[in-house]
Amino acid sequence: MASSPYISFDNVRFSRGEHTIFEGVTLDIPSGLITAIMGPSGTGKTTLLKLIGGQLKPSSGKVTVAGHDVSTLSRKALYELREKMGMLFQSGALFTDISVFENVAFPLRVHTRLPEEMIRDIVLMKLEAVGLRGTRSMMPSELSGGMTRRVALARSIVMDPELIMYDEPFAGQDPIAMGVLVKMIRDLNSAMGLTSVLVSHDVPESLSICHFACIVSDGKIIGQGTPDELREHPSERVQQFLTGQPDGPVPFHYPAPDSASDWGLGEMSR
Amino acid sequence: MAQRTTEIIVGLFMIAGFAALLVLALQVSGLSLKPAGDTYTVYADFNDAGNLAPRGKVSMAGVTIGRIRDITLNPETFQARVAIDIDAAYSSIPADSSAVIRTSGLLGDQYIDISVGAGTDSLSAGDDFYETQSAMNLERMITNFATGR
Amino acid sequence: MMESIARLGRNGLTAIGSLGRSGTFLWRVLVGVPNPRVGTPLLIRQLYSVGVLSLVIVVVSGLFIGMVLGLQGYTILSDFGSEQAIGQMVALTLVRELGPVVTALLFAGRAGSALTAEIGLMKATEQLSSMEMMGVDPLRRVVAPRFWAGFISLPLLAVIFSVVGIWGGMLVGVEWLGVFEGAFWSNMQSSVSFTEDVMNGVIKSVVFGFVCSWIAVFQGYDCVPTSAGISSATTKTVVYSSLAVLGLDFILTAVMFGGF
Repeated sequence: MASSPYISFDNVRFSRGEHTIFEGVTLDIPSGLITAIMGPSGTGKTTLLKLIGGQLKPSSGKVTVAGHDVSTLSRKALYELREKMGMLFQSGALFTDISVFENVAFPLRVHTRLPEEMIRDIVLMKLEAVGLRGTRSMMPSELSGGMTRRVALARSIVMDPELIMYDEPFAGQDPIAMGVLVKMIRDLNSAMGLTSVLVSHDVPESLSICHFACIVSDGKIIGQGTPDELREHPSERVQQFLTGQPDGPVPFHYPAPDSASDWGLGEMSR
Repeated sequence: MAQRTTEIIVGLFMIAGFAALLVLALQVSGLSLKPAGDTYTVYADFNDAGNLAPRGKVSMAGVTIGRIRDITLNPETFQARVAIDIDAAYSSIPADSSAVIRTSGLLGDQYIDISVGAGTDSLSAGDDFYETQSAMNLERMITNFATGR
Repeated sequence: MMESIARLGRNGLTAIGSLGRSGTFLWRVLVGVPNPRVGTPLLIRQLYSVGVLSLVIVVVSGLFIGMVLGLQGYTILSDFGSEQAIGQMVALTLVRELGPVVTALLFAGRAGSALTAEIGLMKATEQLSSMEMMGVDPLRRVVAPRFWAGFISLPLLAVIFSVVGIWGGMLVGVEWLGVFEGAFWSNMQSSVSFTEDVMNGVIKSVVFGFVCSWIAVFQGYDCVPTSAGISSATTKTVVYSSLAVLGLDFILTAVMFGGF
């Protein structure tokens, strides 16, 4: 944990309507390492990524990315900051009306004025890095789920960002595709020195590649540390999440009225 | 589809749109591209202008020779004063011609028909018609007939 | 009772809120002019899918509506022996009313709903979000070209509709029912004014183009990103556009021809 934080959350609160999603999250994400943010579904892990990218603004508190307070940046400055970020969406979010090659070339064409041959070389290099150079002329609809995610990964790194965020990269992948993604995330981090933020609820895969992890539940961080520290964590909730116990501090039953009143057992016994 | 083909098709679409506007202008509304300078204006006072309207037809022997420019009330005689733009090509209309309001068909538009006079002088810009005949008013005719006048 | 009043108030506030959102949205689309190097090809592609692809339905409907007008006009006018006024009737009806209005309704159904569904689906599949994260403003890149394409296409389509309709009316009146062709055109020309009839019709279709495109892109951008949300947004586009067109048509007609 020697490196300085690239992203820091300072007592961030976020609510949507009357529903509070985060109440006072404080978190430092170290530079150049892989950080996993884990937690049960529906706890706003994707919201956390959107707060980093400035797509959402916190209700109070401060999100700092690479020294900039994201919520106070002007629109233009925010877009410039985003050029240094890559994000891999859960669905891949490839543009369905253009080919794989054009998808990967898209950020280059928008942000740079590189000559066509250079764009071609960069795109093919990035596609090669994800092992899909052969798909360049295919349309996104012809790709499998795992390939879509790899192409999207190639697109998010085409501008050589400093930070890359993965939104549920392992969800719904078969074991081989999952293995490929784990390997690519690790390789990208070590080869390019990227700061990586990984949001997931796949515990074994996430813990196997991250240097640092934190667990979010009910709008708060309930545990953080290195994977080994977490495995020894004293909190029951952390242990329930890591080992996947069906019942525990997070109950199996969603809060419901007394079962007697629903089935009329009380009246029968009377 | 190749960008170039799309561009060409879109170009054709825009041309079709503007051509359609041109058709509406020239063929449907009869807008003339000729400069408006080659007409001259004469006046006719009618006791009753009926349903005459600006841009109405002015014809002679069934041939359109001009258009009505505007219709105002003459404050001295309380007659309708109609300004008529006549095509400069028809410059030798006898000065004693008369202007008659007629109806095309039973319910059609009213227009001004010019009956040719016998004089040797011609009407020139700003002149008045010597003799006019107002719009036929069916209602008034029937009233007159019924009261025996 | 209290509850229904509360619900009325809540719905009213929601409606005003979404009107406000659509206003700021429109403002951001209008000021966000993309640079021409990137924007022109995008605009041309949208002109193709919004304008050119709507051409067939507009031409076919225009032809049939013109033919029906010719037929109906002939039956009514021949009772008065003035069937040569058929040209005037067909042309004035089409140029003043049916051209702009019917084209706008067809446009809302054909192109507006497609725009809403497309933008809505891009939102649901996170394509708009990912564009934002790549530092590209989706309002400029996705929404603005579609809005302008609709705005430019509708007046062109409306004019084409009127011309085809008049031709259809002539086909029925002159070719089939034997109205004298010279009377057909001369009656039309003496009663249709370019500035008052043709241009007012064009102004109407410009207004409709603006409103229909605005509704379509806003509903897509503002939709709930689920399949149910997209389908309800598409429905809203067609319903709101149609109502807006018919309502505005009355107001515009009153201002233009009502002598106010």
